[in-house]
Amino acid sequence: MLKDQDRIFTNLYGMHDRTLKGAMARGAWDGTGDIIKKGRDWIVQEMKDSGLRGRGGAGFPTGLKWSFMPKESDGRPAYLVVNADESEPGTCKDREIMRHDPHTLIEGCLIASFAMNAHACYIYIRGEYIREREALQAAIDEAYAAGLLGRNAAKSGWDFDLYLHHGAGAYICGEETALLESLEGKKGMPRMKPPFPAMAGVYGCPTTVNNVESIAVAPTILRRGASWFAGFGRPNNFGTKIFAVSGHVNTPCVVEEEMSIPFKELIDRHCGGVRGGWDNLKAVIPGGSSVPVVPGAAMRDGIMDFDWLMEQKSGLGTAAVIVMDQSTDIVKAIWRLAKFYKHESCGQCTPCREGTGWMMRVMERLVNGEAEIEEIDMLFDVSKQVEGHTICALGDAAAWPIQGLIRHFRGEIEDRIKARKTGGVSAVAAE
Amino acid sequence: MLRRLHHDQPDSFAFTPDNLTWAEAQITKYPEGRQASAVIPLLWRAQEQEGWLSRPAIEYVADMLGMDYIRALEVATFYFMFQLSPVGAVAHVQVCGTTPCMLCGSENLVAVCREKIAASPHEISADGKLSWEEVECLGACANAPMAQIGKDYYEDLTAESLAHILDELVAGRVPVPGPQAGRYASEPASGLTSLRDHEAGRAPHNASVARALDLGDTVKRIDGSEVPVTAPWLGKGSAPSGKADAPPPKRAATAPAAGPAVPESGTGTKPALLERPREGGADDLKQIKGVGPKLEKLLNENGIYHLDQVAGWSADEVAWADENLVGFKGRASRDDWVGQARKLTRGE
Repeated sequence: MLKDQDRIFTNLYGMHDRTLKGAMARGAWDGTGDIIKKGRDWIVQEMKDSGLRGRGGAGFPTGLKWSFMPKESDGRPAYLVVNADESEPGTCKDREIMRHDPHTLIEGCLIASFAMNAHACYIYIRGEYIREREALQAAIDEAYAAGLLGRNAAKSGWDFDLYLHHGAGAYICGEETALLESLEGKKGMPRMKPPFPAMAGVYGCPTTVNNVESIAVAPTILRRGASWFAGFGRPNNFGTKIFAVSGHVNTPCVVEEEMSIPFKELIDRHCGGVRGGWDNLKAVIPGGSSVPVVPGAAMRDGIMDFDWLMEQKSGLGTAAVIVMDQSTDIVKAIWRLAKFYKHESCGQCTPCREGTGWMMRVMERLVNGEAEIEEIDMLFDVSKQVEGHTICALGDAAAWPIQGLIRHFRGEIEDRIKARKTGGVSAVAAE
Repeated sequence: MLRRLHHDQPDSFAFTPDNLTWAEAQITKYPEGRQASAVIPLLWRAQEQEGWLSRPAIEYVADMLGMDYIRALEVATFYFMFQLSPVGAVAHVQVCGTTPCMLCGSENLVAVCREKIAASPHEISADGKLSWEEVECLGACANAPMAQIGKDYYEDLTAESLAHILDELVAGRVPVPGPQAGRYASEPASGLTSLRDHEAGRAPHNASVARALDLGDTVKRIDGSEVPVTAPWLGKGSAPSGKADAPPPKRAATAPAAGPAVPESGTGTKPALLERPREGGADDLKQIKGVGPKLEKLLNENGIYHLDQVAGWSADEVAWADENLVGFKGRASRDDWVGQARKLTRGE
């Protein structure tokens, strides 16, 4: 189990002093100027060596992403944009960082911006996080007052401004190019890539978009060394990670743990076990709504990291673990996700705009068993037509939960349809 | 989802003076010519001031930012946090209904809303005080089920606790937000499994709840007087006065103090103005960094056509310009128009 002294977010629950003074007592802002003076190349290399993979869902190596930014400016400014539009169902980790340990993020913004030649950074926080926004702004104000931001930030010789910007309730703005559109004051509709944001991002300038957690862990990694961070987790999955566990566990919570922690250990140690015992486990969505569901039997011996979950045809995503016990109407649970994606499709690409609604309506009938068996295959087919045929990954994200359901729980859907036909009631509907 | 403007619109909208100061400070976050970036924060503040977002409010914000109305309208209709029709006078209740909350009983919460508020979402209760809707994931899944009421999250809800909260709101009280079943934040309910060191000396409430309590009545509409406006980026490292330390003084320091002083209304001297441009036509005032087409038009309307006019302004005349260019308060001094115009007239 991860020891407290190896936790990066030592005030995750906000029980310690949340001000700058408290953050400094916990080690934040210690030698930030010196880290920066070691230079851009050193920082990027250290981040690469740490093996940190992006914490926003896709798991792209963070150091590598930073290295894509132009080394020399062609006259355009560069920007760091922090994606704090935490909206993936199940995910509630960045909220804890921003309200309770905000200085980890602010310090990370300074260091990461320096490493990418950016004098300005925007944090794009979701609109509903009003108190979190206020808490973060208060922390930013404190940092300015202490000379940690602004001209010669933290005596590093680097001028740096940090701005907090917010959205207004659109899940799609968590997609990086939609976020940039939204930051420019437009509808959050994703852009075609290329050009990638590192070439032409916000205001047409080189931009890197990173998740809150990816940025907030950077200062500690650089202080304690890449090898320290790489000491946790399996190869290719290094580090510590904040897990957010919701659903049918006895004590749902947000907790920082080692990567590659066995699923059973995570749930037993921090979440009081599965409601009704381990035999009552039906299914788990291990990484936020966009990753396919994994049957409980497979998850019992599961390992919580990118690679193991990939082998299960699922993913670690944002490490938002949604646990479902045997009482769950799994078809309905996935239908609700289909409804979510239908609601959140931006409407730009036809396969997604029309497909999400179509899939939701079929799912609605499957919940009640008002369908033909062949329609299950048709639904799977349609989901394959949506997947991969849209500008952004929302189409894929809408398709995957349904594909996962059909892959693992086809029997349950069929039972329901048959029960309906014979006038009986299916097992779940009878509960 | 089809989102249209409400059929019954008010005649006009204007920010309160404090909200206007706030809005002007927000615009300075973005590079010159990119003021449109501020549209979402400004629309949201307009909504907070009035309770919902009316067409005059959208157009007012568009004018402030030099945007075409259609661009602001499409933003207002695209983002779901914008309420395009009136909501309950006391509060609008947003119950999270996405899967993690659904697994934990959000359907029961919706049933409470149907029973106690109105049969359908976006419908205002009979007493006019509340309205509700089911929204998509609000990002507090470890504290499911939950609802956002006004600006606050009420977490770990049950049908009973939500019903009680609604009763309190109708009775004119504001219940303490945050987890409703005894938890502090998002730690395991049965006790800490990590980070035990600071449990003893902890503050009474988590950060979100503490801010809500500091501000007092949290379902109240924001008029801008709640917290001082801070724009530390304008001061490049120096703290705006009247901020940062301990409880910020209410209302005391509303201007972005670190920025250029924004003069009081009526200050400044009117510079010499022209009825029309001199022979040879008006100068391109857009050469001044910070002046776009919209501002140039406004300057022309005010009788300012030439760079040398601006170059000759005294401090008092700059103060006049700061104050009287509607929607661009403080811009003449902030962007040093006089200095820029002098250089331009000298051909630099």
